[in-house]
Amino acid sequence: MRRAWLLAVLFLFQCRPAGAADSAAGSTLDWHGSVLANYASRLGTTRHNKPPSGDFLLGEERLQLQLSGTAPGGGAGYFTKTDFLRDETTAASAVDVREAYLTYAKGSLDFRIGRQIHTWGVGDLLFINDLFPKNYAALFSGRPMEYLKTGAGSLKASVYSDKTSLDIIAIPVFEPDQFPTSQSFFLFDPFSQVTNRVEARPRHDLGNAELAARLYRPIMGFDAALYAYHGFFRTPSMEPDSITAPSKLTIVYPRLAVYGASLQGNAAGGVVSFEAGYYDSRQDRGGTDPLIPNSQTRFLAGYQRSPWTDFTAGLQYYGEYMQNYNRYAASFPAGLPKQDRLRQLLTLRLTQFLKYQTWKLSLFSFWSPTDKDFYLIPEAACHVTDELTATVGANVFGGASNNTFMGQLDKNDNLYLSMRYEF
Amino acid sequence: MTRLILQMMIAAALLAPASAAPATVQPMDAAGIVSKMQQAFFYPGESFRARIKMTLKDVSGGERFRELTMLRVNMPGGDQKYFMYFHAPGDVRRMAFLIYKYAAKESDRWLFIPALSLVQRIAAKDSQSSFVGSDFSYEDVSGRNIEADTHKLLREEELGGRPCYVVESMPKAAAAYKRKVSWIDKTTFLPLREEYYDVQNQLFREFSAEEIKEIDGVPTALKRSMKNVKSGHQTVVEFSDTKYRLGLKPEDFSERALRNPPGSWIK
Repeated sequence: MRRAWLLAVLFLFQCRPAGAADSAAGSTLDWHGSVLANYASRLGTTRHNKPPSGDFLLGEERLQLQLSGTAPGGGAGYFTKTDFLRDETTAASAVDVREAYLTYAKGSLDFRIGRQIHTWGVGDLLFINDLFPKNYAALFSGRPMEYLKTGAGSLKASVYSDKTSLDIIAIPVFEPDQFPTSQSFFLFDPFSQVTNRVEARPRHDLGNAELAARLYRPIMGFDAALYAYHGFFRTPSMEPDSITAPSKLTIVYPRLAVYGASLQGNAAGGVVSFEAGYYDSRQDRGGTDPLIPNSQTRFLAGYQRSPWTDFTAGLQYYGEYMQNYNRYAASFPAGLPKQDRLRQLLTLRLTQFLKYQTWKLSLFSFWSPTDKDFYLIPEAACHVTDELTATVGANVFGGASNNTFMGQLDKNDNLYLSMRYEF
Repeated sequence: MTRLILQMMIAAALLAPASAAPATVQPMDAAGIVSKMQQAFFYPGESFRARIKMTLKDVSGGERFRELTMLRVNMPGGDQKYFMYFHAPGDVRRMAFLIYKYAAKESDRWLFIPALSLVQRIAAKDSQSSFVGSDFSYEDVSGRNIEADTHKLLREEELGGRPCYVVESMPKAAAAYKRKVSWIDKTTFLPLREEYYDVQNQLFREFSAEEIKEIDGVPTALKRSMKNVKSGHQTVVEFSDTKYRLGLKPEDFSERALRNPPGSWIK
């Protein structure tokens, strides 16, 4: 690790004069970055049986370096963003290549190859057709929002025309979403007594490459899009070797295909959004395997408006409707918590900027009337200078039951602090 | 032949009644003056690009900076498309805005957030949302629907040695101001000064064009400022690398430009 740091410093040392020389020759080399100090601690947990890592969910310092450049004649370029970090809670250092890709544009075609972040769809922190890797552990422990999305080594090809455009993304190597682990979070675990666990990710085979596509165009002033995805559930499923007396758990990522659409545009004095997707659970189309998620239809409707200066409010309604619910209910083992046929969620986001947008106060809230649980993220951020931002916020979870998605996190309410200097 | 050319010129003049040609022949009505001002200030050239430096000054002398490249292309019927790409400060670097401005309805606005690779639509009213935390609103940057106000020619007088029309504009519906008084240069039709009054008829905001130069034959306010008289906060905007008639295509003002702006756009 020490070597990585040294290399980075040496590299930058050489960069400055090289960059200047390059720009004289017509090409560009840009380097920027940030230093981030980010801490989070659980609050009010006096209970025993704490997760092994104790109260601190986050204690880290990051140096982020961004290097980018374009060819003198245009058309080709590159971008890299790498984090060098020290995690105080585990006393470990690491390098995190967040993005590293090459671009080539020719006429109506764009190609981008390498580790890159993909985002599409119209939901706000609700993802239906965006099936790209995410890090929920980062969100729940108070990292800056950009860490919710993780890069995927992938090839993206885009074809543009005046009306309709198409994106095709191929991801050869599967990467699961990252969820909080029982190492640092209080979590609900239906098989807590089973310690023998193995993860079985899809093998690195060509046939397991994920494919995603988006076809989009404006229709009557609205942004309309169709989506398709062929790959795997990024949320793990647990397969016990025996339902009645499990001694071993296999963490699997069942096969998935998703087909969906979205529409977004100005209406009713604000922005309205609609998105839906059909989740085809390819390994359990009949819905009789209790260990594999059933096929579902997911949908959301959102409305966002700004009633006064520098204030925005956004409301979303989201639902997950399970196909073949009767078979799910009939085959599901007794004693384990069952899902509802229709899981519903409401979100509200309030954002107020103050003092020439140097202060940002925001509240994001999830509330599920069917799961009877909630999640709140109040946050205040202050741009102390153009370069330095200080943020304080909290993640507050709760619910009637400890086995729902947000309810299980009930004991993990935490306060986070971060300071970031960007250069 | 001469007659044909003359006819064509008349036809052209009729088709573009609000072109920036200096009009000194006959007395003008107030709405006509404001219309010419909008053409001269927000619409000149079929397209436009500038590198913009904004300095936000607070009353205690603190300064903040924004640097962006702005491109504009005019559409038929008074609609426009804007593209803005941010160079600094660090928290907004590589962010880009796309605005489809319509003469008669609220703009469509998209923001690209590079760290999340996210293109999102923004809900906000042009008249009341601050442009990137400055003293300028979106409306100040891209213009206000001329029909939204009633205009009255108050007088004609000199300002800084330049003969001006002094026009009062009063919004027909509730707006960010109750009354606006503009000093519009009789020759260039650029607004040299604007005063905004609130419901108590107190001056609260002042605009001034501080440096006007001809760029590609178009008189352009290269330096302009907006001051909040009550708080003392002020934003100074300076244009550089200004260029008109770049031959930009409206269809290039798209999601592609947000996610992957052409190198020639963001110099």
